[in-house]
Amino acid sequence: MSKLGDLGAKLYRGEVGYDFVGKRFVWYGVSILITITAAVALAVQGLNMGIEFKGGAVFTTPKTSVSVARATEAADKASGQHSIVQELGTGGLRIQISGLDTKSAASVKQQLGADLKVDAAQINADLVGPSWGEQIANKAWTGLAIFMVLVVVYLAIAFEWRMAVAALIALVHDLTITVGVYALVGFEVTPGTVIGLLTILGYSLYDTVVVFDGLKEGAKDITKQTRYTFSDVANRSINGTLVRSINTTVVALLPVAALLFIGGGFLGAGMLNDISLSLFVGLAAGAYSSIFIATPLVVDLKEREPAMKALTKRVLAKRAAAAAKGEDADADTDGGEPQVVSQGGQGRRRR
Amino acid sequence: MAAPKKGRRPTGAQGRPGRALAFILIAMVALTAGMFLSHQTTPRLGIDLAGGTSITLKAKSEPGKPDAVNETNMNTAVGIIDRRVNGLGVTEAEVQTQGRDHIIVNIPKGVNEQQAREQVGTTAQLYFRPVLAFADGAPAAPETKPSASPSPSAGGSGAPKAEGSSKPSAPATPSSSATSQGRVLSEALKAPGTPTPSPSASESKKADDSKATPSASAPAPVPTPPVDPAVADLQAKFAALDCTKEDQRAAAGKGAKPEEPTVACGQRGSAWGKWILGPAQVAGTDVKDAKGVIDQQRGQWIVQMQFTDKGADKFAKITGELATKQAPQNQFAIVLDGKVISDPSVSQALTGGNAEISGGFTQQSAQDLGNMLSYGALPLSFQEDSVTTVTAALGGEQLKAGLIAGAIGLVLVVIYLLVYYRGLAFIAIVSLMVSAVLTYTIMSLLGKGIGFALNLPAVCGAIVAIGITADSFIVYFERIRDEIREGRTLRPAVERAWPRARRTILVSDFVSFLAAAVLFIVTVGKVQGFAFTLGLTTLLDVVVVFLFTKPVMTLLARTKFFSSGHPWSGLDPKRLGAKPPLRRSRRTGPVPAPVDAKEA
Repeated sequence: MSKLGDLGAKLYRGEVGYDFVGKRFVWYGVSILITITAAVALAVQGLNMGIEFKGGAVFTTPKTSVSVARATEAADKASGQHSIVQELGTGGLRIQISGLDTKSAASVKQQLGADLKVDAAQINADLVGPSWGEQIANKAWTGLAIFMVLVVVYLAIAFEWRMAVAALIALVHDLTITVGVYALVGFEVTPGTVIGLLTILGYSLYDTVVVFDGLKEGAKDITKQTRYTFSDVANRSINGTLVRSINTTVVALLPVAALLFIGGGFLGAGMLNDISLSLFVGLAAGAYSSIFIATPLVVDLKEREPAMKALTKRVLAKRAAAAAKGEDADADTDGGEPQVVSQGGQGRRRR
Repeated sequence: MAAPKKGRRPTGAQGRPGRALAFILIAMVALTAGMFLSHQTTPRLGIDLAGGTSITLKAKSEPGKPDAVNETNMNTAVGIIDRRVNGLGVTEAEVQTQGRDHIIVNIPKGVNEQQAREQVGTTAQLYFRPVLAFADGAPAAPETKPSASPSPSAGGSGAPKAEGSSKPSAPATPSSSATSQGRVLSEALKAPGTPTPSPSASESKKADDSKATPSASAPAPVPTPPVDPAVADLQAKFAALDCTKEDQRAAAGKGAKPEEPTVACGQRGSAWGKWILGPAQVAGTDVKDAKGVIDQQRGQWIVQMQFTDKGADKFAKITGELATKQAPQNQFAIVLDGKVISDPSVSQALTGGNAEISGGFTQQSAQDLGNMLSYGALPLSFQEDSVTTVTAALGGEQLKAGLIAGAIGLVLVVIYLLVYYRGLAFIAIVSLMVSAVLTYTIMSLLGKGIGFALNLPAVCGAIVAIGITADSFIVYFERIRDEIREGRTLRPAVERAWPRARRTILVSDFVSFLAAAVLFIVTVGKVQGFAFTLGLTTLLDVVVVFLFTKPVMTLLARTKFFSSGHPWSGLDPKRLGAKPPLRRSRRTGPVPAPVDAKEA
């Protein structure tokens, strides 16, 4: 089988593994750094809001021989506003004119048709009132708020409140990263972006839920044994579901990537591109956060519990005792858990 | 814990995977048959893919009427706009509310978009106002069109200082304006005194009157000594108003309160005119019905109006007053959204609730005016939030791009699955195909059923869903492989992996569905299409995994190819690094225990 499959087996058995939980503060640091960068970028550069948020018109012309520079000039003149012209993969032009009201757009369209030597009836027009994007954004915020409340309640019931809180923080983290990337790179924010962003909600949680599900299972009877602390179990759980997480993320990203490149290649900027770009960034962030942030956060919250504290104490005491007994206890902590030889009657816990 | 229950369930499912498969097969056949029987073999395409115009209107909340934007009013508005669009002879145009305060109007290609937009988007408030004064649109720079019909202006109330004669022309009818003499008809308004009038009883005397006194001279409004500041202000506005300029035209009658006089612009034939109008006397809501009909006797198009009881009284009063006056003050203006769409003159009081407007109509202009009158009275005013016009060419291109992207995405996923899961990938691929068939047939059927239209974001949603659907298989497959690593043979592994994979799939799909549902309920327009597709495919994912993937897996686990762990099956225990229970400790590392406390 492929190397990844082999790795999967090793991860499953805990032969190899990365100490996600033990090194969590490194990753918290990374995330905080990213968040700060995102916040600074947002504050300094702000977001490049698309025409939908400012009001205006986007015209898409069929194939034309007129150059971008000439078209910009013509569009500026026809509308009396500032315009941005891009060439599309089809040979047509995409002309964005901000501040153009929906009423006068028809005459501008006619004028453009004449100037660019194309049939005005063949020009697509997307006219947006100034408050349209704001409404979409407002509704998006409303949706976001409702969704977060519902999902926290659901996760609190299906799992427990600590996981719900951790999932929520991971979600906010993903959104922050995505918005930060938009601010940094200066991608245009359109309703398509907002759609993508909202979809990330469900998707980012999909990954997190898969990991949590493994964790819940692994931690089921945790207090009845004294070999592993909650951290150990959590780390095993992450490692055990690592292959699954990687696979689901890759498989989710592939169609989105296809959408991104086809959307961009064929149609230039547009709805396809906008949705897939924010999805792509968000999905990647979501995969990262479900592994490096969400589960370690659960550990942090969980280990405050008295029962878990007691367990940790017991486990550490036992390990200390074993160490005192002799060096036969191979305290290899690389897998996030000591590998213990022939100890205890109970079977080794699966994740 | 719950061992007997858990133990029995998988065995039961294993016992009859055929039942689930038969069920889903029947469902697929039924859906496909339904699709062909109802002739809905393709999903209905949205405007952005098929071409056409999509207008999003937002209800404006008026100051002082905070509760005006409610469901009843929105539904009334949808009904009115719907009838208006149908009045244009548009087929398959759809009007629907979205969210609390939005109305989406989708007009397929092949419709006069400009005309539709004018009627759908900009029409809002309709009033009948008495005409106080009229002048050519731009006195400073007269229109070159010879057909412009000048009229005298009057200031103040009831103080005629007119010169020349009035010559009210047909409503905005470019076609009729071409015939210069024919166009010079006044609109006469007349209704029989009896409550049950017949069109034949009425005739347009007024038309003759004004035809007899045409005046081609440019208007020279005579200033009147202002009586009070309001009137002076109105006069000044009127003098400055240049209706040939689009921005001024748009601003002229905007926001005029019905109970106050105002200035307004309007088209008369091919030229622009401007008016001073008195307070509104009759509102659009007072019109019960109006339509453009052909008057058989005179062989010309007229507009018949029918008023509500209250409207009839008001209309009788205003026509009674107007009839006694001289031109142009014997006219009233029909003002739609601050724009004069017609200004018929009145020769007598019109009682009985029926009236007709005649003179110079073409079929088109009569029907247009009829539409505006009957459906002009929206309970709310709307603003155009976005207007998207997509040519069929670009729509087709977008659809093509979407489909290509979907195909490439699918191929990439299939390749990845094949490389990683080998034989298992075929189960995933066939499951994806089942899912695709279900999605396609349901989308096609929903086109008619609930008016679902596949738009670009919906295509995006479907493509993204490929990943979500494949994720479920991965969760299950990885579980099976984990079981094999435990040292189990395939058949028990398949059954033992299922309850745990099932829970993970249900929980994560529920979260996806929740996101889609919230998006669908909260948002408007394009976002809804995306959310809908995502929600639908998430549901279907559950159906497919439960009724197809799992049963097929159960069946295939009985085949030699899979159960013997053929190297290409994706379930080769050796390659998966399984530890047969009997050879527990070749390595020094911990050994997976055969005992599983949680499940036993």
